[in-house]
Amino acid sequence: MKTLTFSQALNTSLRDSMEHDAKVVLMGEDIGKLGGVFRITDGLQKDFGEHRVIDTPLAESGIVGAAIGLAFRGYRPVVEIQFDGFVYPAFDQIVSQLAKMHFRSRGNVKLPVTIRIPFGGGIGSPEHHSESPEAYFAHTAGLRVVSPSNPQDAYTMLAQAIADDDPVIFLEPKRRYHVRGEVDTDLVPEPGSLYRAKVAREGADLTLIAYGPLVKTALDAADAAAEEGIDIEVIDLRSIEPVDFATLSASVRKTGRVVITHEAGKFAGVGAELAASLTERCFDHLDHAPVRVTGFDIPYPPAKLENHHLPDLDRILDGVDRAMRRNAPLLGEDG
Amino acid sequence: MSITFDSSTPEGTEDYLQVLAPDGTRHPCPELDHWVEDLGIQDLENLYIDMACIRRLDTEGTALQRQGELGLWAPLLGQEAAQIGSGRALEHDDFIFPSYREHGVAYCRGIDPHDLLRMWRGAAPSGWNPYEVNMANQQIVIGAQTLHAAGYAMGLKFDGSNAAAITYFGDGATSQGDVSEAMVFAASYQAPVVFFCQNNHWAISEPVTRQTAGYIADRAKGFGLATWRVDGNDVIAVLAATRAALAHVRTGTGPAFIEAVTYRMGAHTTADDPTRYRDALELEEWAAKDPLDRVAAHLDSLGADLEALKERAQQATDDMAAGLREAITTMPDPEVDDLFAHVYSHPHPWLEEQRENYANYLAGFAENAEASK
Ligand SMILES: Cc1ncc(C[n+]2csc(CCOP(=O)(O)OP(=O)(O)O)c2C)c(N)n1
Ligand SMILES: [Mg+2]
Repeated sequence: MKTLTFSQALNTSLRDSMEHDAKVVLMGEDIGKLGGVFRITDGLQKDFGEHRVIDTPLAESGIVGAAIGLAFRGYRPVVEIQFDGFVYPAFDQIVSQLAKMHFRSRGNVKLPVTIRIPFGGGIGSPEHHSESPEAYFAHTAGLRVVSPSNPQDAYTMLAQAIADDDPVIFLEPKRRYHVRGEVDTDLVPEPGSLYRAKVAREGADLTLIAYGPLVKTALDAADAAAEEGIDIEVIDLRSIEPVDFATLSASVRKTGRVVITHEAGKFAGVGAELAASLTERCFDHLDHAPVRVTGFDIPYPPAKLENHHLPDLDRILDGVDRAMRRNAPLLGEDG
Repeated sequence: MSITFDSSTPEGTEDYLQVLAPDGTRHPCPELDHWVEDLGIQDLENLYIDMACIRRLDTEGTALQRQGELGLWAPLLGQEAAQIGSGRALEHDDFIFPSYREHGVAYCRGIDPHDLLRMWRGAAPSGWNPYEVNMANQQIVIGAQTLHAAGYAMGLKFDGSNAAAITYFGDGATSQGDVSEAMVFAASYQAPVVFFCQNNHWAISEPVTRQTAGYIADRAKGFGLATWRVDGNDVIAVLAATRAALAHVRTGTGPAFIEAVTYRMGAHTTADDPTRYRDALELEEWAAKDPLDRVAAHLDSLGADLEALKERAQQATDDMAAGLREAITTMPDPEVDDLFAHVYSHPHPWLEEQRENYANYLAGFAENAEASK
């Protein structure tokens, strides 16, 4: 066990994967000498050289397209997109090429490319630096989409994503980069556990589903609700695509109430899929329609307004009130 | 000055057009001289004052960020000649599509300090109405604005306008597909647009050699653009080349490209630490090519009253700094309702519902707080 920050856990995981598999190469803007703008690749170029930690030209479509070519050639590229808002120039390569190659080649070509994206808001950045693009990727068949919420998962899930033969979009909650936690680097994860949700806190009254940056907020909300006698079960989704419906359904059948929270907008967001699928699967067990507590359906606002946009403890508790039919929910029945 | 070409040293700084040497001596430059024949001592003094003002603007921007008044600032230090030389060549009707570093071009457009700082403060997504100043808002997505300039210029061409578009971008941006596509579009329709690349040698931590094995300007030639590679720290050369490029695109025979070879003397942004990736010696080398010093030295050799000039510069820069501080201290924070404003051009029921719900939510909070007092 070591105490590591979220970003150190990622750095260690990259290092271990590179030591373990000589075909693992890192690609991205400023990831070499600078170690990335968030320092996730700090020191790796010095130790592994410029052909394994590749500072690329400033072109995201180029980075992902070239990663696909390297993967064709037997490499296992791990791409860093500098910020969430800069993945869009690579959208075509991700959605039309990376996601579909296995299908198009009838299983002959595997593209084990991991795309790391620091995502989400809360750090006071200018526009295009705080996006939550998960729904675009989750909607695309052929991509797997995961997001760790703590240092241990950052370490383990990244190693698993790199080892996976399918392309994985790996969403790193950038506002959690500095949190510390215990990390067991010797932990051997169960096969397939990358795509499993985790019950982060057990409870009987309501299921609160979060991922990435909002898991911590959800846990805080559960603590606050406990003081008012509401026993919340918090689920850390971990994998956004595929969704571990076995774990989610078991929880919802037990509690009969579900609140889903994410930073991304509500309309056609991940929460919409979870709400619909859980309603289909658990309809007879539900005491209330699923409630979504999300960012607004607006372009990410300027820094001085972002705290209004991001779901916080109070807004989650308001959603909990709604699902519990408690008090007069402030946000109205449809939030 | 003789123009040499040596493709083995793409980062070389000799192979460009220069009018004013770093020591202030002026040499004949047949390609550029006649574009600046009108330039008198008074004009040179004004260019100097302009450059001093935007340097001060930059110092203040960095200081305001350090004091927590701005969320971020992207320094232009070292790029004063590139921005003033080009900015002062533009006509009012010409339309600018900038990146995020062109505070100096915004200054040439007379953009109010309020409007310039709003975005950097995190108070609004953008600062000014593009149509009031003929300059689009700052663009953060690298290279995207170059296509907008190409399209705008296509419109100018279709309308039979005599105006031009100009777009600013960095050396790093030239790697983006958008920038190549913009040149293809512009060339294909002979659109009146000037591509103005400030090659400041760095894209955050990556040297320009990561983006190109040859000269950036040569790439533009391959797209069929009329191309100038100039000393970007020489305000006269930049002014001349931009005038030449604008005159060329106004003939309707095709777009133009300027590579202004300059240097980013500061950090990429206030969030960056350049000591991690670049050599202090390189900085020293470029400090010796300062854009302001050479104009001062040249004016001195022409017998101008340098002392008076520096006094004027002091006054102008102090006024500018005072304006900036005033802008910051009087800038109101955005309203919660701004979250929902302008997402669409006409009402949107789903969003309207979110706006109302959130207003009720906040009001409920206020009531609860009142009740528990
Ligand atoms: C599409 C996109 N990718 C990445 C970034 C992050 N980024 C911001 S500035 C920058 C470097 C830009 O370098 P250059 O084009 O030379 O302009 P300069 O900053 O030197 O003025 C990078 C990589 C971005 N803003 N947009
Ligand atoms: Mg640059």
